Amino acid sequence: MSRRALVVACAAIYVFLMLPLLVVFPISLSSAPYMQFPPPGFSTQWYERYLDDPQWIDATVRSLYIGAATAVLALVLGVPLAFSLARGRYIGRTLLDRIALAPLVVPTIILSVGLYGLFAKLKLIGEWYGLVLAHTVLALPFVVLVIVAGLRDFDRALEQAAEGLGASRMSTLLRITLPLLRPSLVSAGLLAFISSFDELVVALFLAGPNMTLPKKMFDNILMEIDPTIAAVSVMQILLVSIVLVLIGRFGRGLSGSAR
Amino acid sequence: MTRRFSGVWPAVPALILLFFVFLFPVVRMLGFSVEAGTLDWYAKALGEGLYLRVFWNTFEIALLVTAICLLLGYPLGFLIATTTPAWATLGFIFVLLPLWTSVLVRTYAWMVLLGRNGVLNRGLIEAGLISDPLPLLHNFNGVLIGMVHVLLPYMVLPVYGAVRRLDPALVAAAEGLGASDWRIFWRIYLPLTLPGIFAGAVIVFVLSLGFYITPALLGGGKVMMVAVMIEQEVRQTLNWPFAAALSAVLLAVTLGVYSVAQSFTRQEAQR
Repeated sequence: MSRRALVVACAAIYVFLMLPLLVVFPISLSSAPYMQFPPPGFSTQWYERYLDDPQWIDATVRSLYIGAATAVLALVLGVPLAFSLARGRYIGRTLLDRIALAPLVVPTIILSVGLYGLFAKLKLIGEWYGLVLAHTVLALPFVVLVIVAGLRDFDRALEQAAEGLGASRMSTLLRITLPLLRPSLVSAGLLAFISSFDELVVALFLAGPNMTLPKKMFDNILMEIDPTIAAVSVMQILLVSIVLVLIGRFGRGLSGSAR
Repeated sequence: MTRRFSGVWPAVPALILLFFVFLFPVVRMLGFSVEAGTLDWYAKALGEGLYLRVFWNTFEIALLVTAICLLLGYPLGFLIATTTPAWATLGFIFVLLPLWTSVLVRTYAWMVLLGRNGVLNRGLIEAGLISDPLPLLHNFNGVLIGMVHVLLPYMVLPVYGAVRRLDPALVAAAEGLGASDWRIFWRIYLPLTLPGIFAGAVIVFVLSLGFYITPALLGGGKVMMVAVMIEQEVRQTLNWPFAAALSAVLLAVTLGVYSVAQSFTRQEAQR
């Protein structure tokens, strides 16, 4: 009986969670020249406008490669860091753990302002690799959380068996440890990519005249609510869905990484 | 020597990045606040009514957002944790999909939904439930709705974890002894999942304090939060020392709340 009340309440909460994601679909296919709901007719004009506008495409492409570079760098730096935090035995490990996760807790606005001051001095504003460095800092905690969780469930006897059979540490790492860790690596990389692809606050300060997709969307929302942004939103939601499907299929469950 | 630092080396490249692109720029910027050798900028940030009110506003919004997230997040996390695996997967997908959807997309969608001529107001007027549009956007309500939407998943996940860790034998025993559903909830679930609730609430509260995008877009300039004020001081007023002082206060409050909460959780774990 009370279980039914719980289900009904949760259904309402799910409506709240999903409503904003669903509402952009009909609007993106509207034939009206401005925001109108319900749409008076069907048209793909907003998708065409997006695809025909070099500014939108430019911003999308830039966000895609910044996201890809961030994912690669965050894995290259974050995986060894996670190994060190999960398996190392040294003084100050708890402190390192705090520092590695600090970018999650420290307000992004503070990091953005700090980097803005420094990068302006170094003439790095508007450089894509400057954004990659900043986004990597923000993505590191995700990589560390996912990989540390993966290592916690790891059966070390498999490594010991390989080494006992004469494998070098390097070949144990490459042929046993990393392949077994692949689901965690996939999740970590995809999360790092998405975190960069969606990131606005740092980009607002560091991107300069070179728009990223979130920055272009932000400017667009501030100036005019035109349904092009609904079309962009739909594509963004579909991209995230694909990434979540990939994580579900090839990655390690996300719920495990939530502490 | 080597033994004492066994396993530290793989961490070094990441630490170099964190030092140069995180610690150093932040500390350098915070240093601007005391560049003149006085604490005048802090006196201004904490002494003048206008700025104090923004801090208070931020605090109030963060508390309210945390309370609402708790109210909505607990039932959701509880349901996902106690349902069948297939439903749980589905339940997770619809929490994670919004979580990983760009905050901008969601903010835009809320503008479409909540505006004067927005979907909700139109619907309510056409249904004859209201005659004038409700003020939902460009004010406190809008910021609240937008922030709860962004932060709710951060509450659901820890609650889910806490309910899952609970020994089902306790519930079975209580049921066997004839306890009602409510009694089981109050006497078993709630007290034993309190650490999870606490962890979620702290995360939501701490993240709320530094929010920028949602108040900037859904507040319509009427809802001032600390992060928005810092951005304005840097980009419009170009008052770096004052922005630095505001940042230092925000950071101190954030880290303060976080570490106090952490020490509580540790004590809890040791008991």
